[in-house]
Amino acid sequence: MQVPEQAGADSAAHGLADFLERRREQLAQRWADGPLFRTVFTVSRDEAVEACKAVVDALSEVASTGRLESVGAPGFGEVREQLGRMAASRAGRGFTPAQIADEAAGLRTAAVELLRDETEDRPDDEARDVLLALTVLMGTLRLVIMETTVSAGEELIARQQLQLLEVATPVISLWEGVIAVPLIGTLDSARSQVVMESLLQAIVEQRARYAILDITGVPTVDSLVAQHLMKTVAAARLMGAECVVSGIRPAIAQTIVHLGIDLSSVLTRSSLADALAYALSRQGIEVSQRAAGANPR
Amino acid sequence: MTAPLPVPGTPAVPVLALGNILLVTLQGDLHDGMAEQLQQDITERIAHSAADGLVIDVSGVDIVDSFLGRVIAEIAASARLMAARTVLCGMRPAVAITLVELGLTLPGLETVLDAARALELFAQAPSGAGPDRSEGGT
Repeated sequence: MQVPEQAGADSAAHGLADFLERRREQLAQRWADGPLFRTVFTVSRDEAVEACKAVVDALSEVASTGRLESVGAPGFGEVREQLGRMAASRAGRGFTPAQIADEAAGLRTAAVELLRDETEDRPDDEARDVLLALTVLMGTLRLVIMETTVSAGEELIARQQLQLLEVATPVISLWEGVIAVPLIGTLDSARSQVVMESLLQAIVEQRARYAILDITGVPTVDSLVAQHLMKTVAAARLMGAECVVSGIRPAIAQTIVHLGIDLSSVLTRSSLADALAYALSRQGIEVSQRAAGANPR
Repeated sequence: MTAPLPVPGTPAVPVLALGNILLVTLQGDLHDGMAEQLQQDITERIAHSAADGLVIDVSGVDIVDSFLGRVIAEIAASARLMAARTVLCGMRPAVAITLVELGLTLPGLETVLDAARALELFAQAPSGAGPDRSEGGT
């Protein structure tokens, strides 16, 4: 039973490949008018037609290999990047993946119409098989488009996460020998690692004696965050810099006490200003108000 | 307990005397024999000289494991027993992170950025850490 079925499917696939090659031009012209291609290649219609031809070629290559349902078929490899660019452009305009999938489904309608016109006069089994094969292949194309859409989104998220890591942990030089890291947002392991590395690097580069970790912008402190803080303080001490933690809000102070976290090894000050004042006084620097009437320099 | 004889051909870690301060520069790998030898050298040098300070420079060390951490802590502890103050200097950021991750925070050991800072520290307060490490910061 299986062998003739397989043979039938193969011949249908080859019939489909023939059809796609024969109607390459017409199909490309029709697709180029569809919203998916038209809105991406806005500069010239010829460009859209060329892109469509590339997709049709890819489809006929896949059809000739008989791997109609395989998303990973080698034939899709060349158009994958192009499809990804199209999907990214549509997603950039605020289209949801579902809407992009609907537009990709529109491509099938055009292809099916063309095939119907061609096989109208011979409604036999073979024509039906080719139609079925076309439907399967277009479904696969739709999957490929969806896949590229999703992976484009994932790439974007990964890139932004990396940017967020860089943006969120600046090391500021407050005074000669005094540096500060204002921490903003939730501290997780990856971020505290970045904070530690950039802080230690800054201690070496600026020959800092005092490092201030300001946690005013950290919304919650749990035992893990406290552990990260203590590690950072210990590492800074090993580098020869004294670390001061500042900006512990009342609620956070209570949480730390309730959790039973021992921060006694960590020097704390209530605000960044207090921490800076501490660091300055330890270095023997005094900041005082000028006497009234003294000439400003 | 007798100290093991040094393996012939083992390069000893040089201990330099700068006035009253001993300077030890650790470089690369420090294996068991060398570590024992170094500990012995240092304690003898402290005993036979007027040294009251010991500076251990680890800027040439890329990898610190728990063994080296323990060796440094032991050297510092024995130096303290002989009334010498130990300062560790020149630790690299990567090494500091590794030590902290290993849980070896070297408590009770003074640490400074580099050898120059260590000598500065001895110049300011020759007899133990004073509360006013005042220096011109501008």
